[in-house]
Amino acid sequence: MSEKEVKNLEEIFEARIARDEKIEPKDWMPEKYRQTHIRQMSQHAHSEIIGMLPEGNWITRAPSLRRKAALLAKVQDEAGHGLYLYSACETLGISRDELYEQLHSGKAKYSSIFNYPTITWADMGAIGWLVDGAAIINQVPLCNTSFGPYARAMVRVCKEESFHQRQGFEIMLTLCRGTEEQKAMAQDALNRWWWPALMMLGPTDAESIHTEQSMKWKLKRKSNDELRQQFIDQTVPQADLLGITVPDPDLKWNEEKGSYDFGEIDWNEFWQVVKGHGPCNKERMNARVNAWNNGEWVRDAAMAHAEKNEKRKVAKAS
Amino acid sequence: MENTKKNWPLWEIFVRSKNGLEHRHFGSLHAADAEMAMENARDVYTRRNEGVSIWVVESKNITASNPQENGEMFEPAQDKVYRHPTFYDLPDEVKHM
Repeated sequence: MSEKEVKNLEEIFEARIARDEKIEPKDWMPEKYRQTHIRQMSQHAHSEIIGMLPEGNWITRAPSLRRKAALLAKVQDEAGHGLYLYSACETLGISRDELYEQLHSGKAKYSSIFNYPTITWADMGAIGWLVDGAAIINQVPLCNTSFGPYARAMVRVCKEESFHQRQGFEIMLTLCRGTEEQKAMAQDALNRWWWPALMMLGPTDAESIHTEQSMKWKLKRKSNDELRQQFIDQTVPQADLLGITVPDPDLKWNEEKGSYDFGEIDWNEFWQVVKGHGPCNKERMNARVNAWNNGEWVRDAAMAHAEKNEKRKVAKAS
Repeated sequence: MENTKKNWPLWEIFVRSKNGLEHRHFGSLHAADAEMAMENARDVYTRRNEGVSIWVVESKNITASNPQENGEMFEPAQDKVYRHPTFYDLPDEVKHM
């Protein structure tokens, strides 16, 4: 294809997006659109899969059957969300194996929040309330994104995610209405998860290298800073309701803006964790890679069994 | 050595949400065979009573039209307005037709 033809196709493509038309997998698309989507969707899928690990840590130790059933269901949902997103990503011509390979080799990233440890039961509450809360804020606008399979996957994810946040908040509420020690546990979890949750919404707009292009493709509909402000404004009153304190001395309601002012985020910590130096990066990757490698014989056996059955069926028919 | 490694193939999943409605494409997943695709489809796509019936079809068995040929494929229908009821002029006295 000549350069002129490509340019022409690009113009038609950009116009389609501007008209809010959806792009489907077999439609022509600029290579950069394809690559950006593979990067973002796979990162999202990886986050769901790695995100199961910190919570899996508490399934056997949940304090009641009710909590255990809810936590199991939540972790199962995350596996499902990972699968929706991997399939959507595969429609762009990359295989599941390549996607896993990128995760396991460290080439692809996942959300840095999952590199923090879950040391008490209150962390299950804080993760549902804050981490899923921030995820929902990030994900709701994606239900309208330009790439059809991604938008459809996100609709399903968002529908299921609201139970995650509510069950987390309920855990926090129960602890906050419990004994002094239980309330202290909830406060401690908020102290540890607040800042990482704010970082989860991504670098500030000035630092975010992908924002401009992603906005144009409607892969992003609000900037990181806008999403972060929205998260803070919605979450602080919930902390008040719980009767625990957001660990930010600079947090103050700004009457004029109609939103909260907040303190400086330690971006150095964020980049350290992204680069692999968070408290649990190694542990998470090891758990994931081991699960994949140790499961290989099961996958192979299932394939061998399927082939044997197929042959048997053919033999019977002839 | 010959590479004999085989990955689980891809399956397309169709779900009927309730009787009276058609099966609709819900998404896809990998599975070793149809039986496993069916079990996985139940767990991945119907965890909250989203379905009463599931079809699984191995993706390679689907033949899809090519969007690059949408012109030849779909444009011929565009100039056949006489296929629509509004093409025909009727006197106002004919109320329901």
